[in-house]
Order: sequence, then structure tokens, then C-alpha cells
Amino acid sequence: MPNSLHLLVRHESEATIVRFEGVPNLQKLCIVQKRLQRTFSSLDKKNVVWEFDGLERMDSALAVVVAKHTFLAKQKGIEVQKQGMNREVEKMLHMAETHSHFGANHVSTKQGILADIGENSLERLEKLLAFFAFFGQTTLIFFQMLYNIRSLRWKETVFEVYESGIKVLPIVILTMFLVGVVVAYQSSSQLKLYGANIFIVDMLGISILRELAPMLAAIIVAGRSGSAYAAQIGVMKITEELDAMRTMGFNPYAFLVVPRMLALMLMMPILIFFADMAGLLGGILIAKVDLGLTPHIFMERFTAVVNVKHFWIGLFKGPFFAMLIASIGIYRGLQVKNDTQSIGFNTTKSVVEAIFAVIICDAFFSIVFTNLGY
Amino acid sequence: MQSILKVQEVETRFGENLVHDGINLHVKEGEIYGFLGPSGCGKSTLMREVIMLEHFSKGSIELLGHKLENIKAKQAQELRLQWGVLFQSNALFTSLTVFENIALSLHEYTKFSKEMIRDIVSFKLDIVGLKQSDGALFPSQISGGMKKKAALARALVMDPKVLFLDEPTSGLDPISAREFDALIMNLRDLLNLSVVMVTHDLTSITTTLDRMAVIDNKKIVAEGSLEEVLKIQSPFIERFFKMEG
Ligand SMILES: Nc1ncnc2c1ncn2[C@@H]1O[C@H](COP(=O)(O)OP(=O)(O)OP(=O)(O)O)[C@@H](O)[C@H]1O
Ligand SMILES: [Mg+2]
Repeated sequence: MPNSLHLLVRHESEATIVRFEGVPNLQKLCIVQKRLQRTFSSLDKKNVVWEFDGLERMDSALAVVVAKHTFLAKQKGIEVQKQGMNREVEKMLHMAETHSHFGANHVSTKQGILADIGENSLERLEKLLAFFAFFGQTTLIFFQMLYNIRSLRWKETVFEVYESGIKVLPIVILTMFLVGVVVAYQSSSQLKLYGANIFIVDMLGISILRELAPMLAAIIVAGRSGSAYAAQIGVMKITEELDAMRTMGFNPYAFLVVPRMLALMLMMPILIFFADMAGLLGGILIAKVDLGLTPHIFMERFTAVVNVKHFWIGLFKGPFFAMLIASIGIYRGLQVKNDTQSIGFNTTKSVVEAIFAVIICDAFFSIVFTNLGY
Repeated sequence: MQSILKVQEVETRFGENLVHDGINLHVKEGEIYGFLGPSGCGKSTLMREVIMLEHFSKGSIELLGHKLENIKAKQAQELRLQWGVLFQSNALFTSLTVFENIALSLHEYTKFSKEMIRDIVSFKLDIVGLKQSDGALFPSQISGGMKKKAALARALVMDPKVLFLDEPTSGLDPISAREFDALIMNLRDLLNLSVVMVTHDLTSITTTLDRMAVIDNKKIVAEGSLEEVLKIQSPFIERFFKMEG
């Protein structure tokens, strides 16, 4: 058996002899170590002798095991001797003895629940304040750059317009088309009961233009572009790219934050416009197929009953949603700490928080516009 | 002495870019062997091929008796337990503490008790020159040099037969670097370890390496001990070792 380690324990009149034979190997060593533990806990002699001459070589795990049991035995007042060591075994054992810390504690100490709660609350408060600071700084630089329009990073902005505004267009259109179909189909079965087929136009017109399209576009953008911002900036933070930019005198806010924010704010109304069209198209399709309203009748009714203000209100919300999504995504990216897990954590957070913020903002607009009489 | 690593006629391409054009070398058991050469000559790539992270397009690599070009999954896994690897960028797991990083393989591949694992890890922490209290820290909380030491401790934890080091002393202060060299030589003597390393550190090269291979222009321009390599006429060797004198 080339690769195996044997433990032989002999009890002689004066001492217990512990003898190793073979070649150390980690799998065998686990078994050997458990046997050693049993042997040592039931020792009746005052002397233990290790015998190493049957050992082909020594490895560090075995050396640690031997050093540990020697240490424990000595603590109990047992005499320990070593025999049959060649130079290598001796050096290895010596190394294990001098470098070992039996009973060292590597686990950070746990604290009470009150301390945890306190620490957590403070941390959240700090995060909230940090978000305000970030928002303030971004707004400041944003207006500085608008004021001095040449300092705006056009190249980065155009790139972001393409990346996060134009590339999402197909998915926004497709999703909103399907939403239009589903909403129209569900309502049509109700309307048919009353023979109120024509009112599908009023229903769809207002709900899609005013609420559904802006909301859906915002949610898709949050999931796709907001999370991408968080991940990109988070990775840049870990690889110290942000620090490198700072030392080279490039303000990360000017290069990374403002272009992304501006791009989304420009593109969001456009996305909402396309979402409007796609949703209505879905509605028109169902109206024709299910309710027998021709597109011509649909459009006639549409221009008659759906006020254009709903369309404008929908578009108006776009830049606000965009600002929330971009700033939360970027802020979460900047919050990434120096480990890979926090990228995942912050990316997820950015999406959840952005959608939440968009819904709150939407509710706020609902109240405001209703009270203003729009 | 037996060879643990034989590289024969290895050719590597990344698309159009030919990096190695027929590399031949062998590393003997118990040796500290270095890959030398200018930046971008493919030292890290060669090492990554040996540890099965990268494919080579032609040739043959034999490591610890296994031919890597047609190795089976099971043997590959066995091989992976017999080597330790230290990456150029350390590659510590950021979500685990230093202690957990080192203990990971022991938990995964052995049945040692928690206490025994703790003792083995303590020992490794100490031999690489880290404090016991460093074990509780996360990689993001320690310095570059400490990360290097922690990564070495992780590479050593399974008592490997071969240790692969990519620029182990870069990023270390000179004192730590020399300690590192001494540690490697000591481990080699004690554990009969073979070491393959990529290095640019002249002191490391002159003090620790038994033999080395110099890669330049896609080929091995010299292989052997320092004296043997110095005898070879090559622009890289002249420039590189001139800086010393
Ligand atoms: N994944 C890859 N794809 C394409 N090319 C690569 C890849 N990895 C490496 N290369 C190329 O292979 C060559 C060798 O790279 P390698 O990292 O091995 O260099 P090196 O000798 O380790 O250099 P250094 O001393 O700077 O670390 C380089 O020209 C590099 O551009
Ligand atoms: Mg390299």
C-alpha cells in the first residue's frame, strides 16, 4: 500500500508507544487523528513515546497533529518523548511546534441584539444621508454642466443614450403591446356584457397614456439600465478605476454620473411615447378581433373622448422617473464595497429601490395632478 | 530525479496572435523552477495551461504523470488536489474571511474536526507570517502583501506536491519578499515540494531558483541553472541580468 498511513499503539510496562508507519495522506490522517484522540484521552501511563522511524516522510498536517497531542499531553503532566526522527521529521516537527497556536480564536466576537439594532439603524441613517449628499452633488454638477453646456461629456452621453435608451426600445414596445392586448381583452369580456363595446377606447386611452405606459417603461428601464449602472460602477469601484479617475483629475460625477442621468432623462419620454403607441396598437387589435370595432371607429372615438393632456402628463413623468432610476442605480454602484458580493447585493437593491421610488413618485403625481384639476 | 512536469512542443494561439511556438521544458521533482521573460511573452499563459485553465492548440503537457491534453475529469480533479496555486492577483474569496479562505479545502475534502482544522490553519497562518488575529479579517480589510501571504497559506493548506506561483514577490516589501523566498526554500526542503514560479524579481531568481526557462519571441531561448542561462547569447538575457551588475 503505497499511499497509506498506519498508527500502531503499544502499551509497554513503562510507557505507551505511538508509532507511525507509511506515508502521510490527509484522508488517512483524519482517521488516525481521531484514534489518537481516543488513545490520549484514556492514557493510564505517565509516559508517551512517539516513534517516527516507520515514516517515509512527514507532512505539515501530521506534524500539527503530533504537536497538538504533545502539547495537550504535556498540559496533563504526561512525559512525552520522540524517537526515530530523521533530520526532516525533526525540522518539520520543530516548525509545527514553534508556529502553532492551539486554541487560537479566529472568529470575531458576537455582540448582543441591542448593539446590532443600534449599529444597523446608524448605518441606515448614514446611508440615507449619503444618498442626499450624492443627490445634491449630482444636481449641482448637472446644473453646472447645463450652464456651461460645452463641458458636458457629449460622447459619453450619446453612448449611454444608445446603450440604455435605444437598446431597450424593442423590449419596451413588445411588452407594452402585450400589456395593451391583455388589458383590452380582459375589459372587453366585461364590456360585452353591457353592450358597451365602444367604451374600450375611453378605458384604454386614459389608462395606457397616463399610467400604464410610463410605469411599464420605467420598470423595464430600472431592471435593465438601472441595474447595469449599479453593476458597472460597482466593478469600477472594486478595480480602483474610480480612484484612478480621481487621481487623474477626472471628476467621476462629470464622466459617469451626469451622462447616464442625462441620457435616461432624454430617452425616457421617447420610450414612453413608443410604449403609448405599442399599447394602443394592442388595444386596437383586440377591439377589432374581439369587439368588432374597426380601427377607424376606434380612432374617431379616441380623438373625441381622450384628452391630449393624458398623453402629456404621461410624458411629463418620464424625466422624473429617469432621474430616480439613474440616481439610485449609480448611487448603489458607488456604495459597492471592496468585495464581489456587494456588487450583487447593490445591483438587486438598485432595482427594487428604483421601482419602489418610481411608484411613490407616480402616486405623488397622481395626487398633485388630480388636485390641480388635470 | 523524476520529472514532474514535461512540456513538449506546445503551441498557443489567441485568434491570430501566436503566443507560444513550440515550447519545450521539464521540471524535476523537488526543484524550484522559474519562468522568465519580458512582459507579455506568455509566462502566465503557460502556467495557466499547466494548471488546466487554458487550452493549448498543439503539443503535449505532462504533469505528475498525467497527460493534460486528453485527461479525464476524474484524474483532473485528483490533480487539482495535488497542487497549490497562487495567482498574480491573489484571488482570495472576498466573501470569506482569511481563515475561511484557508480552511475551505480542508472542510471540503477532509473529515477533520473543526478544532483540528483550526489548528492546521493557525499553523499555516503562522508559517506565512500572518498574525492569528488576521484570520478573522476579510480580504478587503488587509493590505496587498497580507493578501499575498493569505493566498500562499491557502495554496499550501492541502500539503500539495507542486506549488504554482505567479509573481509571488511582486507587491511585497523587500523584507517580506526575502522572507517569502526563504519560506519557499524551507518548504521545499521540508515537504519535498516542487515549485514552479513566474518571477521578475532578480534576487528571487538568483537565490531561490534551481533552474529556469527564459521565454522570448514565442520560444524558449534558454533553460537550465543560472550559470547555464547566463552563457546563452540573447538580447533579453543580457538586458535583464545586466541591470543586476
Ligand atoms: N485571454 C486572452 N485572449 C487573448 N490574448 C491573450 C489572452 N491572455 C493572454 N493573451 C495574450 O498572450 C500574451 C501573453 O500574455 P501573458 O499574460 O501570459 O503574459 P506574461 O508573460 O505573463 O506577462 P507579464 O509579465 O506582464 O505578466 C499577451 O500578448 C496577451 O495579449
Ligand atoms: Mg503574467
